[in-house]
Amino acid sequence: MRAAVLIGALIVFAALPFAGFSIPGLFEGTLGGPGTLNLLGLCFVFGALALTYDLVFGYVGLLSFGHALYFATGVYVTAIAVTRWHWSLPAALLLTAVVSVVLPLVLGAVCLRMRDIPFAMVTLAFAQAGSILVAQNPFGLTGGEEGLALGGDTLPAFLVGVANTRNLYWIALVLLIAIYVVAWRAVNSPPGRVWQAIRENERRVAVIGLNPYLYKLGAFVLSAFLASACGVAYLLLQGGANPQVTTADFTLALLVMVVLGGVGTLWGAVLGGVVYEYLDFRLVALSNTSAVQALPGILRVPLSEPLFLLGVLFILLVLFVPGGLGGALRRRLPA
Amino acid sequence: MTTIALLLITGLGLGALYFLIAAGLSLIWGLMRVLNFAHGAFFTVAAYAGWSASGLAGGASPEVQWLLALAVAVLAGGAFATLTEVLLIRPLYTRHVGQVLVTVGLALATISLVQGGFGSDPKRLALPAWMTGTIAIAGANIPTTRLVVIAFALAVFALLIFFLRRTRFGLIVRAGVENRAMVQALGIDVQRAFTLVFAIGGAAAGLAGMLAGTYYGTIDPGRGTSMLIFAFIVVIIGGLGSVTGSAVAAIVVGVLQQFLNFYGAAGVGDFSVVLLLAVVLLVRPGGFSGSST
Amino acid sequence: MSAPATLLAVRDLNVYLAESHILQGVSFDVVAGGITGLLGRNGVGKTTTLRGILGLVPRTGSVTLEGAETTKLPTHEIVRRGVAYVPEDRDVFAGLTVEENLRLAERAGAPHRYDLVYELFPELQQRAAQKAGTLSGGQQQMVALARALLNGDNRILLIDEPTKGLAPLVVRHVVDALRRAAEIATILLVEQNLSVAHSLVRNVIVLDQGRVSFTGEVDHLMGDPALARRHLGLATAGSH
Repeated sequence: MRAAVLIGALIVFAALPFAGFSIPGLFEGTLGGPGTLNLLGLCFVFGALALTYDLVFGYVGLLSFGHALYFATGVYVTAIAVTRWHWSLPAALLLTAVVSVVLPLVLGAVCLRMRDIPFAMVTLAFAQAGSILVAQNPFGLTGGEEGLALGGDTLPAFLVGVANTRNLYWIALVLLIAIYVVAWRAVNSPPGRVWQAIRENERRVAVIGLNPYLYKLGAFVLSAFLASACGVAYLLLQGGANPQVTTADFTLALLVMVVLGGVGTLWGAVLGGVVYEYLDFRLVALSNTSAVQALPGILRVPLSEPLFLLGVLFILLVLFVPGGLGGALRRRLPA
Repeated sequence: MTTIALLLITGLGLGALYFLIAAGLSLIWGLMRVLNFAHGAFFTVAAYAGWSASGLAGGASPEVQWLLALAVAVLAGGAFATLTEVLLIRPLYTRHVGQVLVTVGLALATISLVQGGFGSDPKRLALPAWMTGTIAIAGANIPTTRLVVIAFALAVFALLIFFLRRTRFGLIVRAGVENRAMVQALGIDVQRAFTLVFAIGGAAAGLAGMLAGTYYGTIDPGRGTSMLIFAFIVVIIGGLGSVTGSAVAAIVVGVLQQFLNFYGAAGVGDFSVVLLLAVVLLVRPGGFSGSST
Repeated sequence: MSAPATLLAVRDLNVYLAESHILQGVSFDVVAGGITGLLGRNGVGKTTTLRGILGLVPRTGSVTLEGAETTKLPTHEIVRRGVAYVPEDRDVFAGLTVEENLRLAERAGAPHRYDLVYELFPELQQRAAQKAGTLSGGQQQMVALARALLNGDNRILLIDEPTKGLAPLVVRHVVDALRRAAEIATILLVEQNLSVAHSLVRNVIVLDQGRVSFTGEVDHLMGDPALARRHLGLATAGSH
């Protein structure tokens, strides 16, 4: 029954760009219009990204505070290769793919020598180093604080321009589906089961003769690689790179997404990512409405800050609904 | 030579700020095993509370304004931290990751609220006239604010060591950092120590927030978070749960950052601190013994 | 002779750790006065029983101290009612001095028996300013015992393998100290060293695979080779 619902939903989403009507309140403009498609595309990207984070945090139990770094890798390496070096898109993607395997392999090898909180701190530190590096604009590559617009002659036409938003939308949708499938296969495979065993009791895994370090590293690299893919899609949707995606705040937002949706459930993470991005977007629009602007300062200010609302929501969830939205929903829907 | 003196003292000043944040973090981690992301929020809220108080006392002399700001910041930091521990940390006593997560959420919510309420532009802090000048040391002109910050950090360090070595609560904290369960098994309610440690950490962070405002001349919503990350690094390098370790590590990190940022390029120092953390963690065999002095 | 009063009553104690059902409904009484032994093979749940009584591990069942139920209380409250604990690993605070270790154990409102402690363990007074982490195993054991004896109003001492890993001379010292301690408080003693146990305790409770398999007098248990083999899993000679 779940499969039928899923396929139905997929068909609806795939066909969305052809919808001429609108759902006021939920989305501005028509459903098939570029504004909504761009928002939904971003929601899909974040759903996929949350999923990659859930792999490493929810399934293996590694509290990584540096996941944003790998997302940013996808964003920046592709942007630099295409815009600064004028590489073709396929060549740029190939480079990104290579970096997205080598970088987490090297960094992960170092970070995973530690556990728990020290591990979390090193991942945070490395991500922070990356953030500093990007902000410094070395050799004029990254554009520093101002970011880097995706430009150039080498981009295929069908990816550029507002009229082609629907293509980017479909790419994001395909990305989400692909990553979901990969994650699902990975989690249900023998290594995937070892991951979950590691999360429960790492010592016991070592006792059976398996090397937890290698399995953790594998999960780390896989999730980083997938996150980088999300970064590429993000770059295309946004039309440029901005240093915000390298910050610790961004990784923490990922954490919020995964907890929001339910740690350790694949579709929960997707839900968390989608809802978070949607709220982040819409709450800003909401706060600009005359109704909210007319409120006295003490109400208006909190309501105008999406991160405040999300932060409060997050706290409430952690305190009262540890299973996240996914957990709460799962209790209501039949399997 | 004068450059070296300037860099050294500026580095010490930066280190002083790191220490003030790191000391509380270290004790909170050592005793409660909580990774307190909200520490940056304590820093920021206290800074803005102090700045607001200073603004309210606009008619008084700058000395009074500054001292008032300092006092308010310390109190605000301590109060905010206490509330956090009682309302958010305590209910999650059995859920370790949950405690970390809730501090993340609190940090997110608080800092964005401050940003919304006060705007993201830096606010000028009213300083007494004698602080805005420089003092000549070893031929270099050292901004007086650096020395003020260092002086306060030294005082706090002395106070903390006194607290830990000479008071019963300090004894409980030192023992609890080593072995929390055994302290309970001696009939001591560690919970009260938790609240106290959080309050102390919050007060120190509040002081740091105000002193950072003094050091830089302005306060802004983002500084708490960026300083927090370096404070975390200081805590780990110095040894989780050790106040003296935090002090030493803070000095090393602050001075290193200043020197490398100057002699290398901007940002090289920050980068190197991160590398230092990685090296330290790789060299230490993974364990972190708690010893709070 | 009137029936001895029950100081500590344990009923149906169940403890799950990870996925093992370590204690499966343990029930026994500890009478007031003297030393009661808690014996059994390795891994059978003796340490867990002590920790369960103190609430250091999650447990179901009921524990009453002098008739009052302690099961719902947090560990520090249980200890305040007069239960002292000497853990298997001693758990002295290495970074604190001997004197600080003892001072930490002082409970408000209780008479502090430094006289007794320093009489039993004069070395501790000599080494008062020494960091506990630099002490030998035997000296750390003395600190751990001293902590338990310090508060004069302690009703029962839960002591876990105090002679483990100690040289014979030190073992004798510890045994003497325990005998003196038994004069002022009831002791529930977990001991793997059967000759020590036999010389100290009168009544025993034997655990086997998470349950109580025997309660009675130690002479009865040790004197009967078949009984000893069945409950303790070894052939004990009756002579010690």
